[in-house]
Amino acid sequence: MSDHSEIFSLTGLEISQGLAEGKFSSEEVTQAFIRRIKEVDEKVHAFLSYDEDDMLEQAKSSDNRRSTGQSLGPLDGVPVCLKDVISAKGQPLTAASKILENYRSPYDATVTVKLKQAGAVVGGRLNLDEFAMGSSTENSAYGPTRNPWDLERVPGGSSGGSSAAVAARETPLTLGSDTGGSIRQPASLCGVVGMKPTYGRVSRYGLAAFASSLDQIGPFSQTVEDAAMLLETISGHDPLDSTSYPASVPGYLNALKGKLQPCKLGLPQEFFGEGMDDEVRKAIDQAIAWYKEQGYEMVEISLPTTDLSVPVYYVIATAEASSNLARYDGIRYTSRSERSENAIDVYSKTRGEGFGEEVKRRCILGAYGLSSGYYDAYYLRAQKTRTLIRNDFEKAFQEVDAILTPTSPTPAFKFGEKSEDPISMYLSDIYTISTNLAGLPGISVPCGFSENGLPIGMQLIGQAFEEEKLLAIAHAYDRELQYGRKQPNL
Amino acid sequence: MTGNYSTAVNNLTFDTDMEYEAVIGLEVHVQLDTNSKMFTRVGTGFGKPPNPLTNPVVLGLPGALPVMNREAIEKSIKVGLLLNCKIAEVCKWDRKNYFYPDMPKNYQISQFDQPICEGGEVEIEMPGESPSEIGPHRTVQLTRIHLEEDVGKLTHYETDSLVDYNRAGCPLLEIVSEPDLFSPEEVFAYLTSLRNSLVSAEISDCDMEKGQLRCDANISVRPVGSTTLGTKVEIKNLNTISGVKNGVEYEIRRQTKVIKEGGTIIQETRRWNPEQKYTTPMRTKEMAHDYRYFPDPDLMPVKIDSEWVDRIKVEIPEKPFDKQRRYMEEMNLPYSSTSALCGDRPLCEFFEEAAKLCKVPQKIANWVVNDLLRELAQAGKEGEESRNLQNCPVTPQNLAELINLIEDGVVSNNVAKELFPEMFTSGKSAKSLVQEKGLEMKSDGDEIEGLCAQAISDDPDAAEKFRGGKEGAINALKGSVMKATRGLANPKVVDEVLRRLLSQ
Repeated sequence: MSDHSEIFSLTGLEISQGLAEGKFSSEEVTQAFIRRIKEVDEKVHAFLSYDEDDMLEQAKSSDNRRSTGQSLGPLDGVPVCLKDVISAKGQPLTAASKILENYRSPYDATVTVKLKQAGAVVGGRLNLDEFAMGSSTENSAYGPTRNPWDLERVPGGSSGGSSAAVAARETPLTLGSDTGGSIRQPASLCGVVGMKPTYGRVSRYGLAAFASSLDQIGPFSQTVEDAAMLLETISGHDPLDSTSYPASVPGYLNALKGKLQPCKLGLPQEFFGEGMDDEVRKAIDQAIAWYKEQGYEMVEISLPTTDLSVPVYYVIATAEASSNLARYDGIRYTSRSERSENAIDVYSKTRGEGFGEEVKRRCILGAYGLSSGYYDAYYLRAQKTRTLIRNDFEKAFQEVDAILTPTSPTPAFKFGEKSEDPISMYLSDIYTISTNLAGLPGISVPCGFSENGLPIGMQLIGQAFEEEKLLAIAHAYDRELQYGRKQPNL
Repeated sequence: MTGNYSTAVNNLTFDTDMEYEAVIGLEVHVQLDTNSKMFTRVGTGFGKPPNPLTNPVVLGLPGALPVMNREAIEKSIKVGLLLNCKIAEVCKWDRKNYFYPDMPKNYQISQFDQPICEGGEVEIEMPGESPSEIGPHRTVQLTRIHLEEDVGKLTHYETDSLVDYNRAGCPLLEIVSEPDLFSPEEVFAYLTSLRNSLVSAEISDCDMEKGQLRCDANISVRPVGSTTLGTKVEIKNLNTISGVKNGVEYEIRRQTKVIKEGGTIIQETRRWNPEQKYTTPMRTKEMAHDYRYFPDPDLMPVKIDSEWVDRIKVEIPEKPFDKQRRYMEEMNLPYSSTSALCGDRPLCEFFEEAAKLCKVPQKIANWVVNDLLRELAQAGKEGEESRNLQNCPVTPQNLAELINLIEDGVVSNNVAKELFPEMFTSGKSAKSLVQEKGLEMKSDGDEIEGLCAQAISDDPDAAEKFRGGKEGAINALKGSVMKATRGLANPKVVDEVLRRLLSQ
């Protein structure tokens, strides 16, 4: 730790401690990460942009605060980078889309405000699938992010930049957004921790919306402890978001300090059937075995409606997206299509040229599901099924404290392997989607590697607003096994 | 084409009432008078330069989210109570999706299947046989009232259009009537009554010039006696009260002519052109939007419990027509006074306060309606805000005192009439002005007797004529007595004394 060249390998909490002990300054930390970005991001392409001057300025302010004894807390001076759908005042907000190419947000998202209030060095705009639509980051208009463990493979998505940046040690902490697995799946594929909080736990104000009833911002890190620290900072009721939950936030980091009494974990039989890669199965079995050794009880449970999750998700998410993305019309943002002759033309040509294939596919799908004559058959029915899925989980949680599943059916796949086949791409979120539909918190924790060195993640799903317990269960494992501390060779 | 055709229709005499009748439903949009916009804390206002009343939410920037304004919900509930509607138990929001630059999100937050109010009615009064006679009353049924956000204002130029989002996101109430109006006069009566109710309950100023009240009309025509509805046509851009009346009148004539000539009405939306005075097609039913309504996932439904409604109920003012009936029945006011008073709640409050201090409310009403309104209007013309009762120099107490001075025989009616404008400009009380100027009425018998005798001897001709039976001749004698007293002699005493002296 005394060697400054390895600052980039440290976790958020280690950096926080080092800053507190005066081992290094925030400016040195920030510089170390900027050097690291310059060194490896050409290969990884996790970043769409970063504002070096702005980051160093924030770091210096943090050092000034610390030198006058006015440190703002554990995150003060620690770099945190954001998925490029989370607004930061004066910074670009592209959503990895051509349609927002030259847009800069004139305001801070609530999570950005909270990070700044905690003293974090907020910088770096991370790559994603355009408007968070995808599972591989191949849908970015600015080129894909590569998996730091194997540059020929995808980092997962849509928050692929956020997971890859942590895996490549370009930043200790990042934020992503999760609509159907967009935090957990890339965390799993990149070997880092990624958490989707309960819907309503973190304000969505300032998050460019994909599907409003499913989107939730959450942290990426090397360890569960770091995730707890970051989640604690960004959580809480926000009067600017009507869907945010009006309750106080427990001290997540403190909750990890004691030793957890072993409890009951549910294994949904539907998740352990066909379609799961053998190496994934092996890693999950080992994680289950570990928990059993610690005295946890494994209970087989059933979530019978979850096989409808993928279709339900694709009706609801696309419907909301078709409306949320209507504002990107060439009137306010981006340059209008040169070829337009009238108003309708401006809309259709600008959107035709400005959106990528997947975004267009989902907008069309969503608009169709809401059309008069189809609404009842698609959107309304999907909402009713969503209630059934939620009920399944509620029933399961009468028996168990958390549910353990794989995060993704396979380790990272190769570029182009699924991009031509939307359905097989959609199925890579099969274990994560139902959590969003039920609004529950879920965390992906690294639990091993495949034979050819690709990370594998397990998912733990908790009860609504019980992140405390969920983090504690995840931390019990992560503290011992620490797969997220393993670093790829770049 | 359209122009020629329209002129021809305009030239038709309005002879349709015998064979055909119109059936009209109105959609009235009312901007609620709230401190901030419907879903964000930006202020509302009119007459500002374009676009300062905006923020990320109003502009629909990526990531911005709406948060409901409780004041707007309360005002809507108030309207519902005022118009006897059923108030919804849950306030739910839907998105109405369509592409148009007056809405930066390209969807409008509105209410689709669960409006905040359902049913309800508006009492209307048709003109009486003369302005001083009460006309027939009836109630017009409402379908629903829902709340939504207003859109921005587009101004089109030759090659460009400019947009002002100051108005965008303001709370807008849409009051939809049943097809329960049958003439342009009823439409006018409906709008007037609705406007009076909403203004008196402080829901909105309902100023059509400022776009605070806007109106679309659904019109169909059918043979008299038919019970089915004809094909309806929606008329937009009826932006003034006269525009509504003229537009509806025109459209009824147009449809009647088409039907009489054997044509058929197509279901469409037409635009009223106030300058040329005709309607032109905007879009047909086939071109109608599919708005793809769905519940807005950014907003939680809000429960409206009975305690909330009860708290608002307390604030509901007396309805203008109820007030009018009370004035006529309990205070014996003439209809003409009540009709001038009852559309104006502050004026009524002024009146009632003055009436409490005086034995003759009829006189108070008369003075309020004639003298006070005249002075206020005059002041308005001279640059001060007209009808501003808040800073009116004459208080209700002042007016009551003046009327009491007349009643008690301290001043004559004529003197009082002259005094009032002075009270208005100086702010002085009636009593102090009367004292200051020595304007008490002279009722002293001796003094008046002397003046009357003098008048008779000065004008023996008039005295002779009166004695010969010419009743009117006495006025010349009275005039000279009044002149001699600068108008202060008590006319009743003068009349008595003159008659006594002339009969001697």
